[in-house]
Amino acid sequence: MHPVLKLVVQRLALGLVLLLAVSAVIFLGIEALPGDTAQAILGQAATEVSLANLREKLGLNEPALTRYFVWLWAALHGDLGVALTNGVDIATAIGQRFGNTLFLAGCAAVISVPLAITLGLVAARYNGRWPDKVISGLTLTTISLPEFVAAYFVIFLLTQVFPIFQPVAMVFPGMSFWAKLNAVALPVIVLVMVVLAHMMRMTRAAILNVMQSAYIETAELKGLTPMQVIWRHAFPNAIAPIVSVVILNLAYLVVGVVVVEVVFGYNALGQYLVDHVTKRDLPVVQAVGMIFAAVYIGLNILADVISIGANPRLRHPK
Amino acid sequence: MAEILLEFKDLRIEATSYPPGEPPRHVVLVDGVSVAVEKGKVLGLIGESGAGKSTIGLSAMAFGRGGVRLTGGQILLNGREIRTADAAGLRALRGREVTYVSQSAAASFNPARRIMEQVIETSISHGLMNKSDAEARAVDLFRQLGLPKPESFGTRYPHQVSGGQLQRAMTAMALCPKPDLVIFDEPTTALDVTTQIEVLAAIKLAIVQTGVAALYITHDLAVVAQVADHILVLRGGKKVEYGTTDQIINDPREDYTRALVSVRSIEHAEKSEARALLSVASVTARYRGTDFDVLKNVTVDLAPGQTLAIVGESGSGKSTLARVITGLLPAAQGRITFAGRVLSPDLLGRSKEDLRELQMIYQMADTAMNPRQTVGTIIGRPLEFYFGLKGEAKRQRIQELLDQIEMGKGYIDRYPAELSGGQKQRVCIARALAAKPKLIICDEVTSALDPLVADGILKLLLNLQAEAQVAYLFITHDIATVRAIADRIAVMFKGQVVRYGQKSDVLAPPYDDYTDLLLSSVPEMKLGWLEGVIAGRKMESAGN
Amino acid sequence: MKMPFSAMLGIFLTSSFVFLAVFAQFLAPYSITEASGGVWEGPSATHWLGTDTIGRDIFSRLIYGGQITIFVALASSVLAFSVGSFFGFMAAVRGGWADQIMSRIVDLMMAIPSLIVALVILSVLPLNLTVLILVIGLLDSTRVFRLSRAVAMDIAVMDYVEAAKLRGERQTWVIFREILPNALSPLVAEFGLRFIFAVLFISTLSFLGLGIQPPLADWGGMVKENKDGLVYGKSAALMPAFAIAALAISVNLVADWILSRTTSLKGGRGG
Repeated sequence: MHPVLKLVVQRLALGLVLLLAVSAVIFLGIEALPGDTAQAILGQAATEVSLANLREKLGLNEPALTRYFVWLWAALHGDLGVALTNGVDIATAIGQRFGNTLFLAGCAAVISVPLAITLGLVAARYNGRWPDKVISGLTLTTISLPEFVAAYFVIFLLTQVFPIFQPVAMVFPGMSFWAKLNAVALPVIVLVMVVLAHMMRMTRAAILNVMQSAYIETAELKGLTPMQVIWRHAFPNAIAPIVSVVILNLAYLVVGVVVVEVVFGYNALGQYLVDHVTKRDLPVVQAVGMIFAAVYIGLNILADVISIGANPRLRHPK
Repeated sequence: MAEILLEFKDLRIEATSYPPGEPPRHVVLVDGVSVAVEKGKVLGLIGESGAGKSTIGLSAMAFGRGGVRLTGGQILLNGREIRTADAAGLRALRGREVTYVSQSAAASFNPARRIMEQVIETSISHGLMNKSDAEARAVDLFRQLGLPKPESFGTRYPHQVSGGQLQRAMTAMALCPKPDLVIFDEPTTALDVTTQIEVLAAIKLAIVQTGVAALYITHDLAVVAQVADHILVLRGGKKVEYGTTDQIINDPREDYTRALVSVRSIEHAEKSEARALLSVASVTARYRGTDFDVLKNVTVDLAPGQTLAIVGESGSGKSTLARVITGLLPAAQGRITFAGRVLSPDLLGRSKEDLRELQMIYQMADTAMNPRQTVGTIIGRPLEFYFGLKGEAKRQRIQELLDQIEMGKGYIDRYPAELSGGQKQRVCIARALAAKPKLIICDEVTSALDPLVADGILKLLLNLQAEAQVAYLFITHDIATVRAIADRIAVMFKGQVVRYGQKSDVLAPPYDDYTDLLLSSVPEMKLGWLEGVIAGRKMESAGN
Repeated sequence: MKMPFSAMLGIFLTSSFVFLAVFAQFLAPYSITEASGGVWEGPSATHWLGTDTIGRDIFSRLIYGGQITIFVALASSVLAFSVGSFFGFMAAVRGGWADQIMSRIVDLMMAIPSLIVALVILSVLPLNLTVLILVIGLLDSTRVFRLSRAVAMDIAVMDYVEAAKLRGERQTWVIFREILPNALSPLVAEFGLRFIFAVLFISTLSFLGLGIQPPLADWGGMVKENKDGLVYGKSAALMPAFAIAALAISVNLVADWILSRTTSLKGGRGG
């Protein structure tokens, strides 16, 4: 087998193992912690009898491992169970909201990725000079802000000081694409702000790393123009690190979305998760937690696979 | 007088370094150097580290690495001033009139592109040839430089060929656009000695056949003597001496040049055989998780107060032997006897006395000393650990040791970062001596040092041996060092001892094939040596 | 060596925050629960930063909130550090299966974003200070583990460590005298970054309603309490938000400075 293919297969297999381990941790880890679902639902005032009845009903008397495999098997068939609090089918509830989350994250990605790469290139090109210092200074500030703080600064600025946008982001089925875009403008701005800084800084570092290689000096000593140096010699080597930087930050975006959704009351997966953590609705928390973890792990594997594929040493073995 | 191609007039080069957290530091790298290169001639630039030789070399392309600035004087190339040329003017000359071969071709080739693309790139982007002509020329050069399968060599990626081949490919890359001048910046320094001579011969042949002029930069006078017509000796950014190669080698005028020429001429009379202090008997070893023996059935002896030199190229297993003797890598088979005792193969099984009597000195003194400890702490720790010395007694003994390594007072409270390379290695020697050992293993202890400094260390080691009757196991790739210090020699190749005995026997014919190759590959400081060796080898191969 | 302006500013601000937090009881003009004014009043002589959603003095609550925020962040970063660096050094020096097991556990923990893990855990556990500190500290210790293991591995292969082993030194000497002094400065700078992370983490949790519970409030909680006012142009929520940003940035400035110093220290580990 070609070494690249072999490594990719290995990496995918490792990802599957990791996903399985994560599901076990999320399910069994919760079981191991003190606390009881039945108690959580009924509250401190519940009687012993009602607790016992509920435990029986929820199948909580089975051993944890058995319940894990039952849950896992069902989950693999798209059955995530029903929410404890309102009895709604979790898979259905997630379906809609996941779409909303992807729409929000997608919009943020479409804006932030090209912007981050451009700014990263500019900062690397003018390394140490004023454009670099301005960009780096600004991004250092946004890196120090948690998402919700950034969000409220943006809200205050763009709805009060300059009343351009609405402070809530409601989307519902049947809305036109443009109406949706308009509705998510503010949360997208916040997400772009938060993710841009990391992505741009890492892009800049990746490019600088390549630009400091001896082969770039060789290219300069060949009398090539700066564009030829970048295009022929820096770009083929910088593409892999930049792609993995971008993907890693998209994974980060998936998490940033949770807080931003809550801030803007955006009805999607993150909001749904936080609501049900507060309500202690474990089946929902487990299911949504798994989805976030799976997306995160999936993106990380993708980043690995791309950098394996882009490595000339692996593509052209001795 | 021949036509002048390149001329430096009163060249001045400066740089500003920005150590983190400290004010910027301003340094003058090259100061008032004037020299000229004639068309088709080779000028050797020689000096120790910090002499400014690479900086001058790159200035022939009006290039300054990092924060290096060409601040004064004139650089005339084909009669034009290039120091103050604009970006377009510089691009026009770089890669066309002047090309560059670096020390590390492995780092200088773009890993993502095929060798051929990179070799012909300049010829095409400067509009000198069309693609098929350039490729034909590249293949010719590959052939001329002795690269295997020249027709298909260029289709490979840089990581698919060896270091020596890549160095030759870089030479082809430099020669392809038919430049007027090639800068060779230590092109053979990073190579093994037997590879070095092949590459050196290939470079020399290519220079002769293409008639190109060259700047050849190296710290090794014996190497430059083989290729240069003239030599400029540099020290601390200033010109020391300039002359024909013949004059510099055979009739140096300046003291510094004389010192460089006579380096490695330490005379050391071989001591006679005696009963062994250390005997390594049929030792075989492999690293964990591998199925390959790095040492195969190695047997050597070392007498008290004598020196056994272990010679070999990279991958010969010579450093592994040191690890096995110290117990860092327990031997799989065989036995090591030391001072009449059988040593435990594993470090953990050895007594404190075993450890004390067997000390080690490393190649890189920089990493062999804890940067957070003072010289006093570094030398004092073995005194405290093995002999329980404390307070004034310890301090006094530290000072004695410092005197022994000729460093004197005022160093005891310094940190390693405040010492020069040679001083660092001396402190490491003192740390080993502090344990009053019977044997010191010296692993390439002079390889990272400039020749004159290395000479000083070798002399010191010989003096200390005479005083303290300590034995050395001296690991090196450098035959000159072996001649200077050994009583007994073991030549290693691919994990085996291929030749072993007293120095006078090992270094005298008849040789085995490998030792012959190794010995004949060591550059000698005389003109025409390279031609002699190449002619000798050709006759041999013709004879076979 | 002269300290750069940014570092001085960072140190000044950080120590001011710490000072306010430590002496909160003496410095705050009002108690934490007292409704001493109207709803969302603007800044005035009696209420320097105005009042909040139920008329409490924002300045006083900021000072108390700072106390809680800094306490939780400090406690969890100390926990993260003790646990992370201990096991990180162990893994580096011991190697072998001990290293394998610890590293794989950390890989697993880091395969899920910390916020998600925290949310999942907090859906089961009671929300109190101890739980919050433990959760934040242990989640964060994975990063410290990776860093200290990497730093220690770098140092453990140095010749001077080998020289100490060849001399016959005990493992404790090797760790504490040869490795630790050289690993300290990168770890100290990392401590600053971990502290910021903990501040942001606890603030985010409180903002989501899963951190410090009322009537106590840290800065994140204060943003949550007052966020609705923003729509009416009441800037009360911005004060704690600003405090979080200011603390994070000032600690960042100090950490940056320490990090740049480590490479230039006399006998540092080179540039």
